Amino acid sequence: MSDIQNRVKAIIVDKLGVDESEVTPGATFTNDLGADSLDTVELIMELEKEFNITIPDDQAEKIATVGDAIAYVEANAQ
Amino acid sequence: MNLKRVVITGLGTINPLGHNVPEFWENLKAGVSGAGPITRFDASKFRTQFACEVKNYEPTEYFDRKDVRKMDLYSQFALICSREAVKDAGLDFSQENRKRIGVIWGAGIGGLDTFYEECKTFALGDGTPRFNPFFIPKMIANMGGAMIAIEEGLKGPNYTTVSACASSAHSLVDALNLIRLGKADVIIAGGSEAAITPPGVGGFNSMKALSTRNDDPKTASRPFDADRDGFVIGEGGACLIVEEYEHAVKRGAHIYAELAGGASNCDAYHMTAPDPNGEGAADVMLLAVEDAGLNTKDVDYINVHGTSTGLGDVAEPKAIQKAFGEHAYELNISSTKSMTGHLLGAAGALEAIACVLAVKNNIVPPTINFSNLDPELDPKLNFTFNKAQEKEINVAISNTFGFGGHNACVVFKK
Repeated sequence: MSDIQNRVKAIIVDKLGVDESEVTPGATFTNDLGADSLDTVELIMELEKEFNITIPDDQAEKIATVGDAIAYVEANAQ
Repeated sequence: MNLKRVVITGLGTINPLGHNVPEFWENLKAGVSGAGPITRFDASKFRTQFACEVKNYEPTEYFDRKDVRKMDLYSQFALICSREAVKDAGLDFSQENRKRIGVIWGAGIGGLDTFYEECKTFALGDGTPRFNPFFIPKMIANMGGAMIAIEEGLKGPNYTTVSACASSAHSLVDALNLIRLGKADVIIAGGSEAAITPPGVGGFNSMKALSTRNDDPKTASRPFDADRDGFVIGEGGACLIVEEYEHAVKRGAHIYAELAGGASNCDAYHMTAPDPNGEGAADVMLLAVEDAGLNTKDVDYINVHGTSTGLGDVAEPKAIQKAFGEHAYELNISSTKSMTGHLLGAAGALEAIACVLAVKNNIVPPTINFSNLDPELDPKLNFTFNKAQEKEINVAISNTFGFGGHNACVVFKK
């Protein structure tokens, strides 16, 4: 597993208070991991901070699963 | 319309003297001080370096780690003490109409630490706003009471009373009146505060409101003593289950005491100083006793606001003498803030618990740290100095006064 994948997963585990085993690529933040709308915003902000990127709102709305988040960061992180 | 009777059926608290009611009451009777050096932040540059903190507090003993991050400390205290009170009252919400159960909470400030941390992060940045999405909901002063309702699905009246240090006494007055009018069966009332933060301590320090007795924190809160030099900031939460009498009887609840009356008014005098003649304070006591259908001679114990500040500790006893006349010499007076410190928005509810337990157990908790009476005070008054006193207590009243001149008084009787 890549460094980015591990760091994204660590953020999700920390912010959503879920078990690492639940954080699979297909898991959706809202349905599978119990995030509400505010949790999702917080998660996006944490990814921005961790990887020093800016995720525009229209892109953030498309990040629904763990896999989406990893793919976005891999494509956009420096 | 006949007003319904109102009783107290459950108590809960987390405060500098204990994490629950039995611990609190044991320490209160024993005259223990909750003061100590500030551990929540580095106070080495502050004029006051001590406070009455909740000791050995570990939030994950009460909440999931995930939920802790979403709640300011004042809301955590709200949930902890309300859970204890609900359990103590033996309330099973699955057997109740949740639309008839409300929450009226008191908070003087609310999520001060959340506000401070978020604004600090912004101020230290480059101007790009990165406020946490939980910033506003964590910070606002009504969220503590909302969280209590959310946890148990309680859909009755729900709001927060904000009147500085009188906040949670106002919550009790409102709870009493709503139940009297038949608008609810049960109200979870009380208050919580968590302002031992750099802006909290620094702000009160600038007003010269806090004691600076850094060499001896435990004796710093010394109401009515000639050498007092300010209040000691405290933190925590206190909750009382306020219930309609017939409802309580029907479910076989244990009744601690009757919440017989309450009143509130305003000095309309100064932002922070009390009216030196104590007129508003005298009036509010008389209004509360009258509201309870009692006479001043019926009152056995007054848990005073008594913060250990210069002006307030002189004005309040004067007000008692004005309101009670000769009977002022017969009753017991004590300031439990000498032990708990000043819990600000939670003070009214915590001191209401002290009154309820005084009525139930016939024990007046003391005013500790006394050595020399302020020469402006009448030595014939019984301030219950330094040692708890056993005495038949049929009626106890609790005074609370807040910045802005907000006064509130509640009356408990056997």
